[in-house]
Amino acid sequence: MASNSALTPVLHLVTCGSVDDGKSTLIGRLLSETGSVPLDTLEYARRTRRGGSTIPVGEIDYSLLTDGLEAEREQGITIDVAYRHMNLPNGRRVLVADSPGHEQYTRNMAVAASNGDVSILMVDAARGVRPQTHRHLTISALMGVKTIIVAVNKMDLVGYEHATFEEIVGTVRTTAARLDVPEVIAIPVSAFVGDNITVASENMPWYTGPTLQEALETWEPIVAEEEQPFRFPVQFIVRAEGNFRGYAGTVVSGSVARGDDIVIADSGRTAKVDRIVTYDLHVDGHIADLDSADDGAAVTITLDHEVDVTRGDIIAAAGADAPQPSDRFACDMVWLGEEPLAHGRSYLLVSGSRSVPATVTNVRHRLDVVTGHEHAARLLSMNDIGRVEIATDKPIPMDAYSLCRDTGGFLLVDRVTADTVAAGMVRHAMRRSTNVVRHDYDVDEEARRLLMGHDAKVVWLTGLSGAGKSTIADAAVRRLHALGVHTYVLDGDNVRHGLNKDLGFTPEDRAENVRRVAEVSRLMVDAGLVVFVALVSPFVADRRAARDLFAPDQFLEVYVDTPLEVVTERDTKGLYAKAASGDLPNLTGVGQEYEPPTSPDVVLHGTGDLERSVDELVRAILGE
Amino acid sequence: MTITDSAPAVPYDAVLDELEAEAIHIYRETAAAFKNPVLLYSIGKDSSVLLHLAVKAFAPAPIPFPVMHIDTGWKFREMIEFRDRRAAELSLDLRIAQNTVAKEEGVTPFTHGTHEYTRLMKTVALREGLDRYGFDAAVGGARRDEERSRAKERIFSLREPGHQWDPRKQRPEFWRTANTQLAPGQSMRVFPLSNWTELDVWKYIQREDIPIPDLYFAKPRPIVERDGTLIMVDDDRFPLMEGEVPTMRTVRFRTLGCYPLTGAVESTADTMEQLVAEMAGAKYSERSGRLIDGEGGSESMEGKKKEGYF
Repeated sequence: MASNSALTPVLHLVTCGSVDDGKSTLIGRLLSETGSVPLDTLEYARRTRRGGSTIPVGEIDYSLLTDGLEAEREQGITIDVAYRHMNLPNGRRVLVADSPGHEQYTRNMAVAASNGDVSILMVDAARGVRPQTHRHLTISALMGVKTIIVAVNKMDLVGYEHATFEEIVGTVRTTAARLDVPEVIAIPVSAFVGDNITVASENMPWYTGPTLQEALETWEPIVAEEEQPFRFPVQFIVRAEGNFRGYAGTVVSGSVARGDDIVIADSGRTAKVDRIVTYDLHVDGHIADLDSADDGAAVTITLDHEVDVTRGDIIAAAGADAPQPSDRFACDMVWLGEEPLAHGRSYLLVSGSRSVPATVTNVRHRLDVVTGHEHAARLLSMNDIGRVEIATDKPIPMDAYSLCRDTGGFLLVDRVTADTVAAGMVRHAMRRSTNVVRHDYDVDEEARRLLMGHDAKVVWLTGLSGAGKSTIADAAVRRLHALGVHTYVLDGDNVRHGLNKDLGFTPEDRAENVRRVAEVSRLMVDAGLVVFVALVSPFVADRRAARDLFAPDQFLEVYVDTPLEVVTERDTKGLYAKAASGDLPNLTGVGQEYEPPTSPDVVLHGTGDLERSVDELVRAILGE
Repeated sequence: MTITDSAPAVPYDAVLDELEAEAIHIYRETAAAFKNPVLLYSIGKDSSVLLHLAVKAFAPAPIPFPVMHIDTGWKFREMIEFRDRRAAELSLDLRIAQNTVAKEEGVTPFTHGTHEYTRLMKTVALREGLDRYGFDAAVGGARRDEERSRAKERIFSLREPGHQWDPRKQRPEFWRTANTQLAPGQSMRVFPLSNWTELDVWKYIQREDIPIPDLYFAKPRPIVERDGTLIMVDDDRFPLMEGEVPTMRTVRFRTLGCYPLTGAVESTADTMEQLVAEMAGAKYSERSGRLIDGEGGSESMEGKKKEGYF
């Protein structure tokens, strides 16, 4: 139920920077002078002193109002963002996302800025613009913050000099212009003395602009001249008595009214909005419908006729502006994970309520957030920002991030640890996948299965080099061939002579190696074959991505479990000797980790009897 | 220096609308993304708001998940009556979790100290309740303004196996997009009221006419005063010290919990209007009246959280 308020009720404010910028003092003073801090907390900040504090007991140590957690101090870590609220005198709520300011914490600033309307950029008047100033500005702009308040702090230390202020502001404005920041407000302050925070300063008669508080009270979002397009990601399907079927979600852009023409962006199906349902206790306990709903409203929409809609789909205003599904996107990306980005590895892309497997196919460059320079790069590591290309497993409609943060932003999630490893912002779709429509042929997988006389599947053998994968595959294929089963073996060593000869043995190359072999297997399974894959495939994430290409009963994961001592002793290819002498740094089990399967379908011991292993495997393949 | 015109006013209702929409969004995401979510209902004002928002989020369908109450056995009697009445009115699938072993062993707020009592009757009971039903997401009413250590709490707060809260594993939260994926053994605590303040909760209760227990309104109640804290003697299990006689005083409660651990405040606010007016003028945080946070300094909330408390 969105009221039609003339003013934006809630402002999302971003603050970044370290203690010596005076940030804690500024935020602490703003919190206490707007009455946003309870008295017992203020008392605590009067009484308590931590090591290094020079503020006398009895005065408020404002930094204690924005203090960290016990766990952070004990473990010397920093949890990315602290969230506080502030009530301005005019009734506006400010939600402050405060990011600690050690300069390497690009990711923290990105998180804080991702929801931000306004960033406060702190500059120490005595020290001038520093690399951190550019960093903060660049990240704010990249994450879509449209208003920057430059708070030139510690003006008392430079004799309230107008020229000093203007010089700093000039430098910041130049950078902001390069980054296309639409609005810059510059305020000379002293957080320590209290100049221009909530009370206009008498020390700087040359300044006639707003105090910090006034700037926050009067801020309004910068809106594009054309109306924002309607976007509504479906979160939940509401089914209720009387054949009620509604789509619950939040209007993340634009507005919608009854009777509007909409399109399900995923399928291209169109319909009209029939009802906008919400819950209103004021109408005799009955549920009342709305005539329209604006940006930010959480509502349930029903359509005038039945179309297929699932969770994650985007309902958009019908017309040329609706996002078209694509499976290739150019994006800006902030890397958050401790493990660097691996090309070709399958991650889960989460955007709104949608999740779909995706890979990063190319890193175009890494951005120097201080200078704005673009550097050639193959990888992104933690705290890096870069331009990348991604491919999704199926076409999805996404907007440009500059149009809508919710439908143009996404997370990448590690498929094993479930950690969030990256945040992405779409710049543009690289191709409309409508150009590559799948053609359906009459002779299909089922028809080929009948002709073959057996099911098609993949038998994926994983294990250390020299574990016996090829030997077992060879024996099993001979057995099946004699039974009239159509087979093929994709051997890791063999595919590296052709299909994958451009790949090495780094984790990224291994991921791509597995991906290609899995895709070839998929074609062969479609052709009706029983495909054996004999591939070290050391990483759980890559094997899981391979498995996801197939129906559950089409993929058999076989772990050939042979101890490292045994394969080193055997060393049929002489690899372990090379690794021992340092000539082969990436050998699995020596220089690189092997992640054994957690729940393989079959476990075979490479030290066991070959015939018995083959018996077991063949039974599993034939489903006996 | 110039005095700029004072800024135009933002109506409180508009702030509440935005907070409401955010909470509903979080609820819908939770219901859709997790296999077996649960609403943790503790009967107080925040829980009453949570319950109301759950009804709103899924209307006209009923709330699509069960509701669980951690019953220490020492709640105000009025709370339990209120709980059962609301459950019947809303046809809730109500589950009750209690640490019956500790109860039989005679654990009470008087015998074990507030920290150990809380650990056994609330934290352990909560963990056991979640495990028993296999809940993979638990919605709670915690707010970031309650206590300093909550300022860094996530809306979707990840718990490791054993319900441990690991500050290193907390996920960055971008936009409205939540990573709701769970690795084996992980679970999620979800806080739709993260960005609400205590006054927001009261203003919203008033606006939406949400039922709350009578204990929040002032009336004469049997009180003993200990170390400056006003305790209501709710039943005859309360061990009175020699010479201690409960006297009728007009009080109300700002938060509700176990009656021997909950301090009353002297007040004459017996209507919703008076109550909201009183809260709007409140200068101290609500936890200043809770004995439960007292032991172990201001960081004790963080310690309890690591053990699996909300």
